[in-house]
Amino acid sequence: MTHEIEQFGQLLLFLVGSIAFVLVTLGVARLLSPHRPNPEKNAAYECGEDPAGSSWGQFNPRFYVVALIFMLFEAELLFLFPWSVVFAGKMPGEPAFLWRWHSGVSMLLFVALLAIGLAFVWVKGYLDWVKPALPAAQKQPSLGNNPHLEAYLNYRPPVANRPQTDETPLTNLN
Amino acid sequence: MFAFLFFLGFVLVYALAAIYVERKVSAWIQDRLGPVETGWAGSLQTLADVLKLLQKEDILPAAADRALFLAAPVVIFVAVLAGFALVPLNAAVQGSATATGVFALLALVSVDVLGLLMAGWGSNNKYSLYGALRSVAQIVSYEVPLGLSVVCVTLVAGSLNLQEISYQQGLWNSEPQYLFGLRFLGVEVGQLGGFFTWNIVRAPVLLPAFVIYFIATLAECNRAPFDLPEAESELVAGYQTEYSGMRWALMMLAEYGLMLLVSLVAVVLFFGGWNSPLPNLGPLRLAEWTTGAPGTWLGHLAGAGWLLGKALLLVLLQMWVRWTYPRLRIDQLMTLCWKYLTPFGLVGLLLAASWRLLM
Repeated sequence: MTHEIEQFGQLLLFLVGSIAFVLVTLGVARLLSPHRPNPEKNAAYECGEDPAGSSWGQFNPRFYVVALIFMLFEAELLFLFPWSVVFAGKMPGEPAFLWRWHSGVSMLLFVALLAIGLAFVWVKGYLDWVKPALPAAQKQPSLGNNPHLEAYLNYRPPVANRPQTDETPLTNLN
Repeated sequence: MFAFLFFLGFVLVYALAAIYVERKVSAWIQDRLGPVETGWAGSLQTLADVLKLLQKEDILPAAADRALFLAAPVVIFVAVLAGFALVPLNAAVQGSATATGVFALLALVSVDVLGLLMAGWGSNNKYSLYGALRSVAQIVSYEVPLGLSVVCVTLVAGSLNLQEISYQQGLWNSEPQYLFGLRFLGVEVGQLGGFFTWNIVRAPVLLPAFVIYFIATLAECNRAPFDLPEAESELVAGYQTEYSGMRWALMMLAEYGLMLLVSLVAVVLFFGGWNSPLPNLGPLRLAEWTTGAPGTWLGHLAGAGWLLGKALLLVLLQMWVRWTYPRLRIDQLMTLCWKYLTPFGLVGLLLAASWRLLM
């Protein structure tokens, strides 16, 4: 046990050491570099345009779905790692042959359960980044019974020499 | 302490060399010249770049979240460098020999994601935010096939400690070794050593696991063809957009450091770690001569040499892939991860477990 704690101490040494390295590097850079801020320089970069608003807003909910599916499988990995070490070993009080069957089958059930979860999200289409297109009939939002909107959408400005085509109106109102 | 100082120094020197080599390799692949001006054949170009970056102003955007913005490169760099603690350099030197080994390493490297999110959100820049979101989605997704391929190896090895896994793959292993790990074949290869005892030969089912590991680590490092988070043609530089000077250099250093770290782990897991590839052939004791006994000077130097050499070859492979394949679209990226690599990883797990029962 003390051995383990000592080894984690070594890990702490790496963490502290690399933080120290970073601070020294940034300190040296601070000594050598100029510090002349101005509003233009400190504006957010948007390819030369003035930045339009803050970027702290909403973003695509698909990222949440990815995070959720990830959580499912990360939990699986959490159990797989310790299992992988003891799987082929010996369990005190249990014959080796029996232990292998016991641990193997129980993990097989667990992984199968998660594989079913993967199959479920796959079939439901949550793994598709681009949602499949809706059929054409569903695509148009219902405009309700609004004669003004209908007139607006079908409106064509009177042009003197407007070529007579059989172009469809902007929206197909069923 | 020695392991820390060695890895810190090696990562710095390696990053200088790797960036130069990457520029030369890409130039060669694209029939260009690459850097030619500074030093012989441009070899001092990266050093000159670092000196320039040291003198560059550390710009803090007015709209940024100060604490998150300033801390993000530190988190990214520290997470990557701490990962080197778990890698055995040779038969005697390993930073931290904890029994949780490769699992702790994966956990540490995952903290990198937090740094990327801090950088993207803290910058308050649209390119940065989109880059960070894509990056996090990509890295957490590919962590699943990555973890599955690593579990395949720990199943065969029965240990998480990378030093123990290295010892299993060479001459200094007390357990009897059989060809392809198959006891019933009865061909003893423990005294041959060399590549015969590497995990990839000991359990050939690990070959697909290595392919999954390699693809997943390309995505973990945000390397092409999975470099959407910093796709310069659409997102400027992704989460790095607002960074300048040494703070940006640290992120770049962490990226190259991560390339080396995942290659080192790949070498330890699949290609014998610090063990020589040359087998003992009768009176030609090539494996003994080129690996050296643990603790001797030959053992120290040859072990570190083989480990780093094999890892650098893998880094070169990553560069070759980057300049050969076009960038994926985000839907293709997610399809590859969830519909191909993860199911194949689960099948690989099943195969590795069955193989372990035969060993």
